Amino acid sequence: MKILYFAWLRAKIGAGEEDLAPPAEVATVAALVEWLKRRSDGHAAAFADMSIVRVAVNQDYVPLDHPVKLGDEVAFFPPVTGG
Amino acid sequence: MIRVQREDFDVGVEMAKLTQGNGKIGGVCCFVGLVRDYLGHDGTGAAVRAMTLEHYPGMTEQKLAAIEAEARRRWPLEDSLVIHRYGRLGPGERIVLVATASAHREAAFEACHFLIDWLKTKAPFWKLEETPDGGQWVDARDTDDQAAARWDLPGRQ
Repeated sequence: MKILYFAWLRAKIGAGEEDLAPPAEVATVAALVEWLKRRSDGHAAAFADMSIVRVAVNQDYVPLDHPVKLGDEVAFFPPVTGG
Repeated sequence: MIRVQREDFDVGVEMAKLTQGNGKIGGVCCFVGLVRDYLGHDGTGAAVRAMTLEHYPGMTEQKLAAIEAEARRRWPLEDSLVIHRYGRLGPGERIVLVATASAHREAAFEACHFLIDWLKTKAPFWKLEETPDGGQWVDARDTDDQAAARWDLPGRQ
């Protein structure tokens, strides 16, 4: 599973991309977040308040209960501020 | 057409290309977004030395194309163009161009307004402002969400 981080999430985690193979029970975005939070203090800090984190699976916005599986591209980022 | 690029663009050249050879176009509406030289929204914030725009290659282009397609469904446009830059930009530099061309002005004005409102809340870009105190990520604004929401159609997301 390809995990991408943008903006301050990337800064807190210290990486823009990770290739990871979470266990099979990690079946939703919410479960993936809980699993990622255990990887480091930076991950825990980045995911401390999910109300200010947006998620895309395979480049489409999804809610936290959306399913994830091996092979997916999952991106975490703050609310967007372009334009 | 959608372009996501590091380079600057020439508004006059882009306008000319958009309308060239299409005699049905009676009006072009154009919005250009620039880098401000202060933080916040009322001109009293700290100085901004530069801004770095980050994006999500792939998803950004896909979302911009979807927003443009929605504008083309809603208004009778002859053509449209969205250019959005990324990378480090200084105060006064151009960030974004939205241009819409139609037979009559109303469609061009409305579609242009719609495109910039939706782009700001749906296209994955993030701004990091550099101030004398260091870098700071720009927070999303409720007023941008409200501006985008006025274009929502009943019964649709």
